[in-house]
Amino acid sequence: MAKFEIPVLSEEPAEDVPGIAVNAMAHSRPFVAKPEHNAPLGFPGALVDDWQEKALGRMGDLLKRFRSLRVFLDSCVKCGSCADKCHYFLGTGDPKNMPVARQDLLRSVYRRYFTLPGKMFGSLVGARDLTQDVLEEWYTYFHQCSQCRRCSVFCPYGIDTAEISMAARDIMDHIGYGQKYCNEIIAKVHKIGNNLGLPGPALSNTLSGLEEDVLDQTGHDVKFPLDVEGADILLVTPSADFFAEPHVDGLIGYAKVFHQAGVSWTVSSYASEAANFGMFIGSYEQMHKVSNRIRKAAQDLKVKRIVFGECGHAWRVAYSFLNTLAGPWDFLDPNYPVPQHIIEFTTDLIRRGGVTLDKSANAGMVLTLHDSCNVARGARMGDQPGGQFVLPRELIKACVPKYVDMHPETTHDKTFCCGGGGGLLTDDLMELRVKGAKPRVEALKQVMRNDGVTHMASLCAICKSQFTKVLPYYDIDMETVVSIHGLVSKAIRLGTNHV
Amino acid sequence: MSFVTVAYGVVFYVATVVLVVGVFNKVVQFARAPAPLKIPTMPAPLTRHGAAGRVAREVVLFESLFRSDKWLWLFAVMFHAGLLLVLLRHVRYFLSPEWGVIWDLVVLVQPFGLYAAFALVGGGIMLLGRRMVLARIRYITSPSDVLLLLLILLIGTSGALMTFVVHTDIIALKQFFVGLMTFSLNPLPTDAVLLVHLFCVAVLMIVFPFSKLLHAPGVFFSPTRNQCDNTRERRHIAAWAASLESDCGS
Repeated sequence: MAKFEIPVLSEEPAEDVPGIAVNAMAHSRPFVAKPEHNAPLGFPGALVDDWQEKALGRMGDLLKRFRSLRVFLDSCVKCGSCADKCHYFLGTGDPKNMPVARQDLLRSVYRRYFTLPGKMFGSLVGARDLTQDVLEEWYTYFHQCSQCRRCSVFCPYGIDTAEISMAARDIMDHIGYGQKYCNEIIAKVHKIGNNLGLPGPALSNTLSGLEEDVLDQTGHDVKFPLDVEGADILLVTPSADFFAEPHVDGLIGYAKVFHQAGVSWTVSSYASEAANFGMFIGSYEQMHKVSNRIRKAAQDLKVKRIVFGECGHAWRVAYSFLNTLAGPWDFLDPNYPVPQHIIEFTTDLIRRGGVTLDKSANAGMVLTLHDSCNVARGARMGDQPGGQFVLPRELIKACVPKYVDMHPETTHDKTFCCGGGGGLLTDDLMELRVKGAKPRVEALKQVMRNDGVTHMASLCAICKSQFTKVLPYYDIDMETVVSIHGLVSKAIRLGTNHV
Repeated sequence: MSFVTVAYGVVFYVATVVLVVGVFNKVVQFARAPAPLKIPTMPAPLTRHGAAGRVAREVVLFESLFRSDKWLWLFAVMFHAGLLLVLLRHVRYFLSPEWGVIWDLVVLVQPFGLYAAFALVGGGIMLLGRRMVLARIRYITSPSDVLLLLLILLIGTSGALMTFVVHTDIIALKQFFVGLMTFSLNPLPTDAVLLVHLFCVAVLMIVFPFSKLLHAPGVFFSPTRNQCDNTRERRHIAAWAASLESDCGS
């Protein structure tokens, strides 16, 4: 099945730290962006001649723009607290996948050109010239970080490797050495409005198809509105929700919840994407541009509220950055948080008795939850810290007969990335994705073995796609992964107790 | 005045200036660099007071390190608590009993500061040993990491030696430093252990603003720790980012 070795799983999750295997993943790198991918983002088409000078110039700019970068590059004491916390290190043993070593790829160049001892003493303080080899190493290993922030939880100074790899990718984009997968996708958003390049008519077709399906299955006329001006709610959801499995079950769930709540809602064909890959490439400008499609759609459609579907990094950008990037939201209804998560919407409806859920519809299912990294460590739900852990669990428990948490070292803010986040969900990184999933799969297998868990819910489009693809490598059925609102979709009793 | 006295006087003036100006510059640099996005590691406190508490727990209790690695936490606490007590004990070489309450505190800390040297040196040895023994830590260790630890260990052991084995003329030493503070030069005792001790301290002071010792001010400026979680309620925008607003239509 695979051209590489599948990692051997250990029985007890989160205890097995591999020995170091130097350069074990040195061959793993994604396709480089071509001129046609870079041009729409305003990046140079290919590696520019004076790339060293340009790269250092950009690094200087970023140091002035981002306190995080400056403080993180100066503060690391190389204690190694983070070293065994990265799923890519745990899955591959490549020492450059230890967060501190990954940071050092950039820090060594920072020290060489931006600090006195680096200029004077060089290798004594781990400083390196920015050579072609160093650039290649950047490209290789900054595309082996999914920006999941798990290392930042354990760092005594809060150093977040995601910030470092975002900066490195931004520098590489500015010298024409970006990654194809991300840049191609962002270009599609600028041109068409979503990552998949689904134009309005295709979207309309898909949504009316879903309406027919739901009517056939339930006898209820649940609408999937597109570009409806004056709707109350603009739903912004990852475009994978429009057709991929198990994502689409989630979309059907949102529609049923809105139907049951009796609110009017719409999807926008202009802003038909919750994802914002501008974050993955560390570009404030790209993130800003993508985000402002949502602002424009909200204004054009004259909605009162914005609700986001299940997507991890999208929720981070939405929750933590949207007000900054595309606010202020003073034209929306001030009675609701902007933006709101669909899980907040649904749990609120449940608490108010606005919806009846029937667990027997999901009889036989034993659920666990994969806390998506960007939701867990980059955002919040509800009005209390940690609500992002409470609400999804509350919702799942309301939908299924039994729920079991995975090993505590692998959940909540210690959750592992699925292995495909941060712009790495591409087939040219399949080996990395399979190996990076190891820590999560170990924990999943443990609860499958010990507690009879049958399904793992996820609230992120990337997690869903990644697990669907990767779990079979570990002999777990791809259908083990489900959308949280896919569970809601099955359990919800339509046509009862409208609020 | 002897050459040694003059030389050490000059060295300590230089070291003090480098330390103060260097750290001040860095702090200004950290403080002035904008933080355009809210990036606290979640879950995060909802208020600025809460975030200040989080930073305080990080500084005093090494909270994140405790969650990560109990042994490393223990060694780090020994090392840093030892260092803090030893430094507090040293305040008596710069102040006089006229300082009232502060002097009383300095007196209070003496017995603790005395034995804290063992925690400092013991913790330091464990931290150094970890760098040698654990393969993954060895991999991320550069020469400067080892040299800095050795430097502090040398300071700690030479200090402990003078406390417990070969005493120096502490009265004369105090007069030397009090003299420096009032820009007059008094003779420095010249026993080798003291000279090594003081030289290493001066080196440490000079290296501080240019090395990873910046983690001390850095931790206060770490956005993942010092930011609160209130983005939906309050719009956060950096000056340079605000300039992008004009090209987005509204």
